[in-house]
Amino acid sequence: MASIARLLLLVLLSTALTVSSGSGYGYTINGRVKIPQGLGTAGLVLPGKMSNIKVILNGGQIVSYLRPDGYFSFQNIPAGTHLIEVAAIGYFFSPVRVDVSARNPGKVQAALTENRRGLSELVLEPLRDEKYYEIREPFSIMNVVKSPMGLMVGFMLVVVFLMPKLVENMDPEEMRRAQEEMRNQGVPSLASLLPGGGRN
Amino acid sequence: MAITYPIFLFLIFSSLVPILSLYEDQVGLTDWHQQYIGKVKQAVFHTHKTGRKRVVVSTELNVIATLDLRRGEIFWRHVLGSNDAVDGMDIALGKYVITLSSEGRVLRAWNLPDGQMVWESSLHGPKHSKSLLLMTNLIIERNNVVVIFSNGRLHAVSCVDGEVLWNKDFEAESLEVQQVIQPAGSNFVYIVGFAASSQFEMYQINARNGELLKHENAAFSGGFSGQVSLVSSETLVALDSTGLILLVISFHEGKISIQHTPISNLVEDAPGPAVIIPSSTMGLFAIRMNAVTIFIRVRGKGMLEVAEKVNRETTIGNALSISEGQQVFALVQHAGRDIRLTVKLAHDWDDDLLKESIKMDQQRGLVHKVFLNNYVRTDRSHGFRALIVMEDHSLLLLQQGTIVWSREDGLASIIDVTTSELPVERAGVSVAKFELNLFEWLKGHMLKLKGTLMLASPEDIAAIQYMRLQSSEKSKMTRDHNGFRKLIIVLTRAGKLFALHTGDGRIVWSRLLQSLCKSEACQHPIGLYLCPWQVPHHHALNENPFVLVVGRCFQSPDALGVLSFVDSYTGKELSSSNLDHSIARVIPLPFTDSTEQRLHLLIDADKKAHFYPKTPEAIGIVRREFSNIYWYSVEDDNGIIKGYALKSKCNSNVADKFCFDASELWSIVLPSESEKIIATVTRKLNEAVHTQAKLIAADQDVMYKYISRNLLFVATVAPKASCEIGSITPEESWLVIYLIDTVTGRVLHRMTHHGSQGPVEAVFSENWVVYHYFNLRAHRYEMSVIEIYDQSRADNKDVWKLVVGKHNLTSPISSYSRSEVVTKSQSYFFTHSLKAIDVTSTAKGITSKQLLIGTIGDQVLALDKRFLDPRRSANPTQVEREEGIIPLTDSLPIIPQSYITHNLRVEGLQGIITVPAKLESTTLVFAYGLDLFFTHFAPTRTYDSLTEEFSYALLLITIVALVAAIFVTWVLSRRKELQDRWR
Repeated sequence: MASIARLLLLVLLSTALTVSSGSGYGYTINGRVKIPQGLGTAGLVLPGKMSNIKVILNGGQIVSYLRPDGYFSFQNIPAGTHLIEVAAIGYFFSPVRVDVSARNPGKVQAALTENRRGLSELVLEPLRDEKYYEIREPFSIMNVVKSPMGLMVGFMLVVVFLMPKLVENMDPEEMRRAQEEMRNQGVPSLASLLPGGGRN
Repeated sequence: MAITYPIFLFLIFSSLVPILSLYEDQVGLTDWHQQYIGKVKQAVFHTHKTGRKRVVVSTELNVIATLDLRRGEIFWRHVLGSNDAVDGMDIALGKYVITLSSEGRVLRAWNLPDGQMVWESSLHGPKHSKSLLLMTNLIIERNNVVVIFSNGRLHAVSCVDGEVLWNKDFEAESLEVQQVIQPAGSNFVYIVGFAASSQFEMYQINARNGELLKHENAAFSGGFSGQVSLVSSETLVALDSTGLILLVISFHEGKISIQHTPISNLVEDAPGPAVIIPSSTMGLFAIRMNAVTIFIRVRGKGMLEVAEKVNRETTIGNALSISEGQQVFALVQHAGRDIRLTVKLAHDWDDDLLKESIKMDQQRGLVHKVFLNNYVRTDRSHGFRALIVMEDHSLLLLQQGTIVWSREDGLASIIDVTTSELPVERAGVSVAKFELNLFEWLKGHMLKLKGTLMLASPEDIAAIQYMRLQSSEKSKMTRDHNGFRKLIIVLTRAGKLFALHTGDGRIVWSRLLQSLCKSEACQHPIGLYLCPWQVPHHHALNENPFVLVVGRCFQSPDALGVLSFVDSYTGKELSSSNLDHSIARVIPLPFTDSTEQRLHLLIDADKKAHFYPKTPEAIGIVRREFSNIYWYSVEDDNGIIKGYALKSKCNSNVADKFCFDASELWSIVLPSESEKIIATVTRKLNEAVHTQAKLIAADQDVMYKYISRNLLFVATVAPKASCEIGSITPEESWLVIYLIDTVTGRVLHRMTHHGSQGPVEAVFSENWVVYHYFNLRAHRYEMSVIEIYDQSRADNKDVWKLVVGKHNLTSPISSYSRSEVVTKSQSYFFTHSLKAIDVTSTAKGITSKQLLIGTIGDQVLALDKRFLDPRRSANPTQVEREEGIIPLTDSLPIIPQSYITHNLRVEGLQGIITVPAKLESTTLVFAYGLDLFFTHFAPTRTYDSLTEEFSYALLLITIVALVAAIFVTWVLSRRKELQDRWR
């Protein structure tokens, strides 16, 4: 309970103190990385996951880590426009442009570079979570049918069961004539093609 | 709406782009990932009775990690920034790891079990100084205190929340602090150091509030040098500035007394100046003179006496208190092939607590560091385990005379990578034990079929997964049909060469190169490049391939070079030579001699060219190709690019017929006040290009790619903008890029990006360059593409001309022909910073290409080259769409499924290497940094082979079913025919 109260206190304090001037050693950027509940696979941030999130200033100039409550800070930053990136496996964060102004210290100017959205305080949230794997489609009969082998079997079944039906529906006269013709032309029947078929 | 529109468009057209993704159960089939930490600098054991035994280490690559003491696996690991080196580390309260880094400016606490950062505080000070961290047993207001001396200021910090309790400046004095000492049971600390190199200073400070209790100093006319060794909590040993006199400085109760003893009094025939090996063992210290280590005991008040003189290579470990007033320390000595671990009591030299002899792999070199830890056995005697760091940066745990585990942490610092083919499968090579019999093969496939039909039980699924991961096919030691099995040969900073098998990433052989070890002639050798030296193809197939290791004696461009030739199959060092010239550049030439040895041109610092191998045949080839050998040099500092050709034999006093003088052909001088070279890139030498023509379907046109091996991409920025982002305004920064022909010095293309700055990462392939830079106006990263087309061949479009033969397609491509070129270019936003970029390469260059982008988050992203196509437009016509042109968007998409490293990180990513497999569709990707990652990657899916997914069992069943059906129908038709005849 005490820790929650402390956390709340920190939240209240930090909103005002995003960029503060350290005593003569440049400026300090304070911020927070917040991963909303509901994003991510289990809806919860895995404990090991949080500890592996890095906050990177200006493409690797300073690398910082998160405290358990998600806060981070960069010390000794000169005035100017900086870029903060968050490297977290499983989440996509937009880089953030932070203006540290020498004239009015304490003023926050932060904007997401991806969608140019301004931030009133330096709370970084992932734009989306990233899934690195394709989801395997569950087994379905349609997939088997649609595969080349399925099509082969299907065609064969059509030939075996539907062709005799077609033959039966034919007019017996016509059928006999067709058979005559076939015999005359010497088209081999299926039986004669197979071994042993020539005997009868 | 403005934002949703491109997203909507992207969603429509993303279906056109093949997404190359992986199912979760395919992880580990073709890829492997290895994690390393680098050479250990400091180790602290955490071996309490409860919980898992672990050791916390900090390394020279700015890594903090905890390792499992039983097996050496990493529990957690954090890689600090590149300029955030760890200065000190300790465990506080039994649950936090406290680290001091960034030259004593940053203090962090990490939770020991899971590595979560608990707190961070920054410590400032008035001036630069040595950083020292001392864990005290003091408690102020229920806070455990850690005392830190950094940047000329003493801080006391609470271990619980990182709050600075008090600090005290040592600004006024020119104090060079040596030690911060807390005598046992007291509540004050001593700060001792030297001032003005001849004055010893001692401050006694109340550790509760930082109050100065006492300040004493004493002068010694001889001056002090080097480090100090603590022999009791109030006595230390130093050396005078000549290194010949030992000084025992005692500051008991604030009274300083200095006693000097010349080393020659202790040791007869002292060979010369000595150095102190810093330690803090009670009553004992060690000095080193040349190769001799001398242990000296301190008796009573400054009485010194030699305990032992050791001639062998000796490493001394830290002192360890095992019980009240008893200190032990470890010694490791080399004795032939063994190493000898000795644990001694500090106050009793002659008695050894432990003496073990351990057989050590010769390829690990010398022992560099020892960290000792003790445990209490069941019979209440003391047992010891030692963590040792070897010359090749590997880490080993010794316990009870054996090596419990070892880690090859040399692989964390790779300098260069090359690949080698495996031996061809021959009758003599026995691979029988890897082969499966037919029954097992069928059984495996039946299991797989069960898996696809969802009939498999959980055990079956586990068996399937195991079978797929342990596929013996991929880890065989012979060449395979698809060219997937290869050896990756890596050169590490420690001068060790490793060969890794692409199938499972295991180390096939490793060798600590003698030529890259410290020697008389070569004091600090470093490896530079690794080149394939001899790649047997046709007529020399029975010979083993060789790699060439190029190094130099110390880190300076005019240091003498070292060459070493190593067999790629066995790792044997065939020969090595110390050169009599320096090495500025190594150029592999496209010529090989009759034994398939590749000719190499080594350019030294004086711009002389040396040919290797030094054989008469090679010189013959050189004479024949004399006028075709060109090279260039880039001088980053003064912005000059020069082109050279061979001129004549060297006219130095040594008659060396393999040495040639260079003549300068051209030079490009960039204005140093406005441009500074930050990146140069050329095409890969071995890249295969399938076709020069590019068909443009839209207007039935053909464009000819300008393909030249002699193109150089150069990026320059305004000198002000060469530093980090955030320190410059867009108005005063620009990025200029050049495409230069390195034979003639002709600038083919020049372009300026205003308001942009580096760092620039670029990749050059076929006729295009892709480069990544920072756009200050938009404050985003950008990637640009330039494509170069040959206009002089453009009039070959007419089919009739081709038929009649009136075309110039067969005319040789020459840099001197000054052909007309056309460039097309386009830029896009890209989200991330880059660490490395490369492009896929396939055997014949037919498969379309993908860019492999190493992002700041240490992941590798595959991005289709079609996204970087200058012909993209907002509304492509129907024909263009059919051709595969993607509508223009302002930023490049990041599709999570196309991270080829999936959910893994290649921490500290440095480079990405692609090697073509024999199968045209597939390329092998090796990404290295602290971690190693390898995978197979098919830029446009594996169109030329069946995938792993293919079910042979289903095919077999279908065939069987078809055959059965044929027989059934045959029987049926026979019966019917018979009935017809009876009718």
